[in-house]
Amino acid sequence: MSDSPVSPASPRSERAVPPSGEPLVVLDGVNKHFGALHVLRDIDLTVARGEVVVVIGPSGSGKSTLCRTINRLETIDSGAISIDGRPLPQEGRELARLRADVGMVFQSFNLFTHKTVLENVTLGQIKVRKSPRETAERTARSLLDRVGVSGQADKYPAQLSGGQQQRVAIARALAMEPKVMLFDEPTSALDPEMINEVLEVMRQLARDGMTMVVVTHEMGFARSAAHRVVFMADGRIVEQAPPDRFFSSPRSERAKDFLSKILHH
Amino acid sequence: MHVLLDNFALFRHGFVGTLLLTSVSAALSLALGVLVAACRVSPVPALRILATVWVTLLRNTPVTLLFLVAVFAAPRILFPGTSHFALAVGALGCYTSAFVGEALRRGVDSVPLGQAEAARSLGMTFPQTLRLVVLPQAGRTALAPIGSLMVALTKNSAIAGSFDVTDLFAEQRRLSATGHDVLEVFVWIALAYLLITFVISELFQLLEHRLAVAR
Repeated sequence: MSDSPVSPASPRSERAVPPSGEPLVVLDGVNKHFGALHVLRDIDLTVARGEVVVVIGPSGSGKSTLCRTINRLETIDSGAISIDGRPLPQEGRELARLRADVGMVFQSFNLFTHKTVLENVTLGQIKVRKSPRETAERTARSLLDRVGVSGQADKYPAQLSGGQQQRVAIARALAMEPKVMLFDEPTSALDPEMINEVLEVMRQLARDGMTMVVVTHEMGFARSAAHRVVFMADGRIVEQAPPDRFFSSPRSERAKDFLSKILHH
Repeated sequence: MHVLLDNFALFRHGFVGTLLLTSVSAALSLALGVLVAACRVSPVPALRILATVWVTLLRNTPVTLLFLVAVFAAPRILFPGTSHFALAVGALGCYTSAFVGEALRRGVDSVPLGQAEAARSLGMTFPQTLRLVVLPQAGRTALAPIGSLMVALTKNSAIAGSFDVTDLFAEQRRLSATGHDVLEVFVWIALAYLLITFVISELFQLLEHRLAVAR
């Protein structure tokens, strides 16, 4: 990471087609507390269909929590969240149905350890989407091929490297044909040499037009794949801008401070 | 040897009785135990309270007392005319279910929370998450303690013999009462129990080995 915040923006050949502008995920005045801690403060965020939004910020800024509220793994205290025009329902079957349309990739992979790689990718299709087993397996194999782990289909997660596990986790989420994919620090638990293989899968996904919300510390990914960078600090969205503008000329002091810390070393 | 051979029919009768009593009670305790564990981690407060009361009550009551209640009190209030065998199964099954439930709940605690979150993110309902992801792994972790519980259940089943249920222990009492050498009778009865508990232990060891999953 040798670029300084004031260097000219790099050309973005990998950028997907600009999003349509039709809102898919809408957060409106969202607030959340963990006890006395106000982790999300008046968050307004709209993610358009096909848009790739990268959320960055110092740790403790609430970016992971923000990501987890979108499929209601974290509940909110006030405000509203809607996906594809429908407000998030209360816990129950309605919510389960909606979650099936929202793919989630976790920092710690969270593959089902008692199931093979193939079963990990077919389970949701069979039990939630009620797809026939053969269809589910065909879909799973083509997805595993797409993320480059087709040779591992019959192994158990513990037999795979971290990078491979995370790519399986992405395939598992994609198998549900989600409208939007949420990535909660997908490369933070990976050894450095495995980060790129995961980011490359995500870049490909972005190029294919998937709507993505990505919480990450990978500034290179933000530069090359994001349509928009959202910078959070202390539970607020402090600044948001296209990546070239954000990285070359951040407006807020918090963002300047953050970038100077991560980009100079 | 004489005692065994001369009274083989009686021994066999008792052996089959114990086997039957143990296996039916074990099945009941496992089924109830899964239910108890599921209730204890349920998002519904009423179910959690119910399961907690069940576990606390049964785990802290002497099993002999439970048999007394099952055989003498329960038929008067609830199930008049129920056979002593069924009542004994009820007492043993319910008693052991509290322990099975606790073993399973500890197993549930050992499953990383992230896996349940991943299951929910895929759109699974709470029962699906429990049935497909959490309990299968909890069960593997709980296999060893559950194996011990089944051995304990086998031995606890002897109490039923004192309540008119045909089993090894009842036959022992009958043989001892009819003037056979008490010591010799004891040895054969003990060996018979040992045989059953040994098979159970081996069975669970085998299962543990088969189902072991690397984390």
